[in-house]
Amino acid sequence: MSSFPFLIVLIALPAAGAAVVAALPRGRELLAKQVALAVSLLVLVLTVLATVAFHAGGARFQLTTSVSWIASFGVRFALGVDGIALVMLLLIGVLVPVVIGASWDDELPSGRSMRAYFAWLLLLEAMMVGVFAATDVFLFYVFFEAMLVPMYFLIGSFGGPRRQYAAVKFFLYSLVGGLIMLAAVIGLYVVSNSQLGAGTFAFDALRQLDITPGVQKLLFLGFFIAFAIKAPLVPFHTWLPDAGSEAPIGGAVLLVGILDKVGTFGFLRYCLPLFPDASRAFAPAVLVLAVAGILYAALLAMGQSDMKRLVSYTSISHFGFIALGIFAFTTEAGTGAVLYMVNHGLATGLLFLVVGMLIARGGSRQIGDYGGVAAKAPLLAGAFLIAGLASLSLPGTNSFVSEFLVLIGSFHAVPVFTILATVGMVLAALYILLMYQRTMQGPPRGVLLEESEAPEPVSAHSGGTATVTAPAPVRSRLRVLDLSRRELAVVAPLIALIIGLGVYPQPLLRLIEPAVHATLSDVGVSGTATGGTHR
Amino acid sequence: MIAAPHLSLADLAPLLFVFGAACVGVLVEAFAPRESRHPVQVAVALVGTVGALVSTLFLAGAHEVTAGGALAVDGAGLFLQATIAGLGALAILLFAERSLDPARSAFVAAAAVPVGSPRDRELATSERVQTEVYPLATFAIGGMLLFVAANDLLIMFVALEVLSLPLYLISGLARRRRLLSQEAALKYFLLGAFASGFFLYGLALVYGATGSVQLRDIRAAATAGGTDVLLVLGLGLLVVGLLFKASVAPFHTWTPDVYQGAATPVTAFMAACTKVAAFGAILRLLYVGFGTSEWTWRPLIYGVAIVSMVVGAVLGLTQTDLKRMLAYSSIAHAGFLLTGVIGLGPGGTGSGLSATIFYLLAYGLSTIGIFAVLTLVRDGDGEASHLSQWAGLASRSPVTAALMSLFLLSMAGIPLTAGFTAKFAVFRAAIQAGAWPLVVVALLASAVAAFYYLRVIVLMYFSPPSVEGPTVGVPGLPTTLVLAITATATLALGIFPGAVLDIAQRAAIFVG
Repeated sequence: MSSFPFLIVLIALPAAGAAVVAALPRGRELLAKQVALAVSLLVLVLTVLATVAFHAGGARFQLTTSVSWIASFGVRFALGVDGIALVMLLLIGVLVPVVIGASWDDELPSGRSMRAYFAWLLLLEAMMVGVFAATDVFLFYVFFEAMLVPMYFLIGSFGGPRRQYAAVKFFLYSLVGGLIMLAAVIGLYVVSNSQLGAGTFAFDALRQLDITPGVQKLLFLGFFIAFAIKAPLVPFHTWLPDAGSEAPIGGAVLLVGILDKVGTFGFLRYCLPLFPDASRAFAPAVLVLAVAGILYAALLAMGQSDMKRLVSYTSISHFGFIALGIFAFTTEAGTGAVLYMVNHGLATGLLFLVVGMLIARGGSRQIGDYGGVAAKAPLLAGAFLIAGLASLSLPGTNSFVSEFLVLIGSFHAVPVFTILATVGMVLAALYILLMYQRTMQGPPRGVLLEESEAPEPVSAHSGGTATVTAPAPVRSRLRVLDLSRRELAVVAPLIALIIGLGVYPQPLLRLIEPAVHATLSDVGVSGTATGGTHR
Repeated sequence: MIAAPHLSLADLAPLLFVFGAACVGVLVEAFAPRESRHPVQVAVALVGTVGALVSTLFLAGAHEVTAGGALAVDGAGLFLQATIAGLGALAILLFAERSLDPARSAFVAAAAVPVGSPRDRELATSERVQTEVYPLATFAIGGMLLFVAANDLLIMFVALEVLSLPLYLISGLARRRRLLSQEAALKYFLLGAFASGFFLYGLALVYGATGSVQLRDIRAAATAGGTDVLLVLGLGLLVVGLLFKASVAPFHTWTPDVYQGAATPVTAFMAACTKVAAFGAILRLLYVGFGTSEWTWRPLIYGVAIVSMVVGAVLGLTQTDLKRMLAYSSIAHAGFLLTGVIGLGPGGTGSGLSATIFYLLAYGLSTIGIFAVLTLVRDGDGEASHLSQWAGLASRSPVTAALMSLFLLSMAGIPLTAGFTAKFAVFRAAIQAGAWPLVVVALLASAVAAFYYLRVIVLMYFSPPSVEGPTVGVPGLPTTLVLAITATATLALGIFPGAVLDIAQRAAIFVG
């Protein structure tokens, strides 16, 4: 089973699916959706099988494939996964079918076809698998940049009113970062050329290079800026709230759930092992950015009136935690950070989906346009609450495990930063619960209100006194449908994973920890005493 | 008694094909009846260019100097000749398109008739086509083939004139907006004549300094006593003359006007083939003539590369006409190409030559493709090249928009397109030669330029279509063929560039 070329199939399958969906004739929208869903489910099955074939204690990179691609550049089409990449593939496998299910009945801007939407989604999936599975730096760069194109069209063609602006801003920010990284990639090649005699982009060979500190710092910055824009870290973050709020919900979930993780994944995979000295030298500066991001973005999140922007800002805050965990250089914190990447994808993905379902009902993204939804739509409110609680890392949800690991792992390495970061947890509770309270609790109000014939007693709902609400008109009631069966099927797997991984995260930890440990031993920090148990 | 110089006719086959076709074309123009001229001219021009392309393939691996040391037949020269001949054939196909314009041709029926005269109005709607453009273009292609093979400054100058004079003429032959076209031709001629003057003066100074016009002797003289002021000054003037043809800033001022004024197939021809030829000559002059005294030209090329990239990227942002925008894009690309030229490397070991010739091929293909798309989108007054007219094109014609996006992404250098592979190759060559600050500037310029390429995609896909928008013509066989070839090549050179890169690498030899 392990000789099966999982990774190539995982890239080729959605790419082929995208071509099929795009080639379907006009009017076969239903068939397009079914093909897309089938392909994405098949990818999910394959990622799970790949996980089974992966030996957690075995070689660092497994399921490897390598064929020569551009011989005169020394580029190979080399794929392989370590535990970190593997869990990201699992996350892709889970989120894409969920997103396809959630987008099933989306109302697209006029003149847009569902076929194009699903074709771009599947192409994006292929690119995302490629970016995590590449073990050749050139190949990684190619996927890193090519990934922008489907996302650009998803935002630009299917997004909200300011979609043109958001799409171009997204593309240009990422492209600038990518081009800076390109310079560093070529620089690495030139160094390898002078040290090894032949230029190479193979990750394993580049890891062995002995780069002088000055050059290392420059190359580190080249990679770091690209990843910091992608992740995004403050102060490179300003594109995310626009892109996140203007993207269609499905696109937004994949954007913050997976695409942005390429940034933090890049820190771990490329910045740390390739430039260990520079990583240690720049770590304090990165930690300052991380903690500043946690607090600053949390404060901004509290100030948002647009739900999608709010969720985008919470993501920036969470990315600060992930960066903190990575640059604390301990195995617990690093493992926590990787787990955080998965958990954030699930929790924020669910939050975006539920917010999207609410927006689909009310047609407005403003928090102030909703109120008292819980009474009429308890399932929607319940899903919202679970997503929110997972986002603020309540014990019992998956995020708690990862956040706790990050904080406890960072504490003995960088205590001051860690203490400051914990403030972010308090702020998280504030922005999530305030949003929940304003939209779900309290008297019914806002865009979902409907003047009704029969007077409706509202006193039963007016529980939330702390909420900022206008007094409800007496002769009105909310007209809101609770979650449909399709929507339930979409949120249920995510909720199950959130609770499941909150209680029993060991399977993922077993995959992640050896990879993190190997990464940190590249940096030359052994981790802590407890960190080495798996090696 | 004058001994006849050694002359290998087989080595001259590409030149003979094209010049032969051009001469036959002139005879056809004189003697064939009007009705049969067009198909015959197209066939003759295609036979000439394709014949040249095929004969370069047969010559592959040749490595010698012939015609008394005046012509070099070497890998790089043949690669560039094949590129010019191939792109030339594609451009001829674009010239031959008859189903897009209601008057059945993109070229004026009688160029000598004054604009606005009663006869002109009468001819504007007539289906009479004039076919002198084919022999003219074939002569220009012949000049270009000679230009990249010239191992002698005098031959290089002759080739420069042979390629330039027909170009001045055919850029004035547009059927629509004739005044703009004639103005462009005159401007191009005046500035071009000026640049030729620079080249000639430089030639004279170099001859004065070295006593020879042959690149081999110049190289020997430069290696021996490279500090000669006369020689360096002469080199500078030669390079200025060539940079003008390559539309490198600050010698670019003719480019936007000529690109806009000329008929779009002609613009495609000029943008692709002239650029290849000019860079071929620049590479040969610098690498063969001055390869051992790199310090004499490196600072100059370094500087104009930066100026060209910045001017092309920044001024391109403000353009509202697609053809002018592509003109500035070509100026920026000229800067990227010079980045590759810098990558000569110590003792000529760098990958600059192979990277630059690959870039020229990739750029030429995408450029012909993008102008071919431009000829499709029309309104009542010819081509609709104003940006605003392209709004919402994707909903009207998804295939056209997709092709345009592909070529634009290639121009912007997005991975998996030819443009990225090419950019990567030249940047690698430059960094290997230690020019990383230049590469940083190039990357920033790429990012700026990406903005205006993206703007077109945004307009086509994300903007609502305007009510009285342009129509998308149904192309005939020639344009369809061009689009299919260029789009396939743009993708293939992005996804599987290995084979062509290998060829470029093996071809990257100049005979000294």
